[in-house]
Amino acid sequence: MKLKITGAISAVIILFIASCQSEESIEFRRYYSSGALVYQTHCQNCHGINGEGLSALIPPLTDSIYLKNNKTALACYIKLGLNRPITIKGRTFDDAMPAAELSPVEIARVLTYIGNSFGNKLNTINEQAVQADLAKCE
Amino acid sequence: MKNLTWVGLIAIIFGTACKFNTGDKTVLPIYGNRRPVTKMVNDKPVTDTLYQTISKFKTINQYGDSISNKSLDGDIYIADFFFTTCPSICPVMHRNMLNVYNAFKSRGDIRIISYTIDPKHDSVPVLKKYADKLGVSGNTWWFLQGKKDDIYKLSESYLVRKPQEDAKQQFIHDGSFILVDKQKRIRGAYDGTDPKQVEQMIADIKTLQNEPDQIIAQ
Repeated sequence: MKLKITGAISAVIILFIASCQSEESIEFRRYYSSGALVYQTHCQNCHGINGEGLSALIPPLTDSIYLKNNKTALACYIKLGLNRPITIKGRTFDDAMPAAELSPVEIARVLTYIGNSFGNKLNTINEQAVQADLAKCE
Repeated sequence: MKNLTWVGLIAIIFGTACKFNTGDKTVLPIYGNRRPVTKMVNDKPVTDTLYQTISKFKTINQYGDSISNKSLDGDIYIADFFFTTCPSICPVMHRNMLNVYNAFKSRGDIRIISYTIDPKHDSVPVLKKYADKLGVSGNTWWFLQGKKDDIYKLSESYLVRKPQEDAKQQFIHDGSFILVDKQKRIRGAYDGTDPKQVEQMIADIKTLQNEPDQIIAQ
């Protein structure tokens, strides 16, 4: 009897986790696939189809450590552009990045795409997170 | 056994047919207007074809050297129009052009020239810095600054869309790579933003290099 109850409870828990995960992964996939389109339109010309950048002119988007450490600042970089030197993979890039005219949800989508492509693993960066980050732009 | 012979024979026919097709494509077309001219040679009228060629120009490269159309005499070269602060198609164009540069820089038998359409901003030091950052050195690839009106006018002789400025003071221009032969005739035009077309251009340059100097095309 006890075994049955434990079994039932664990089954429910497993089901719950599984459904949770799939909802999360649906959100992720939705952000990621629409983010790919935003990337193509607004980012790819400069940063490249594989996020490779361009020599010492345009930084690559493959520095996972940089992206992880600056995760909450990335939305502001996209929204306002970047006008100061940054160090990516040990190299300094000092050319300006222009601001992109994107809505918070588009920024969230493209960040989810970049953050989970080119060898990066930042999981979903959703609209709420981007809204919160944008409120703190310097 | 008989069947096998037939198969073999058909395979040979197809094989040679393909070879014939690839072998046939050794002459690149000559673009632009052309007109016949009749000259008197040894008291006899001889009709020749006059092809459209690239106009004269005067510019300065990223090293501060004066570069004119004469500096390219006898060279096969590729030309494009760009500006260093271009946020749209230029990075793609020059990412692709970098492949061309790397394919030919050690041989030194072709040149690449990129005319800036924003000479006010793109001074010699700005162009030098751009070249350095792109990883370009030596004299294979020149970045050229000239008078704005002259460069805009010159773009017409390369048969590209004339650059324009829109309301936001952004420059609108053509992303073409133009292949020019030793006689300054246009032999190819490629979308510089498309890696496949740029690959084709690299193949065409090799074809052009193997062309006899005095070829009578078409």
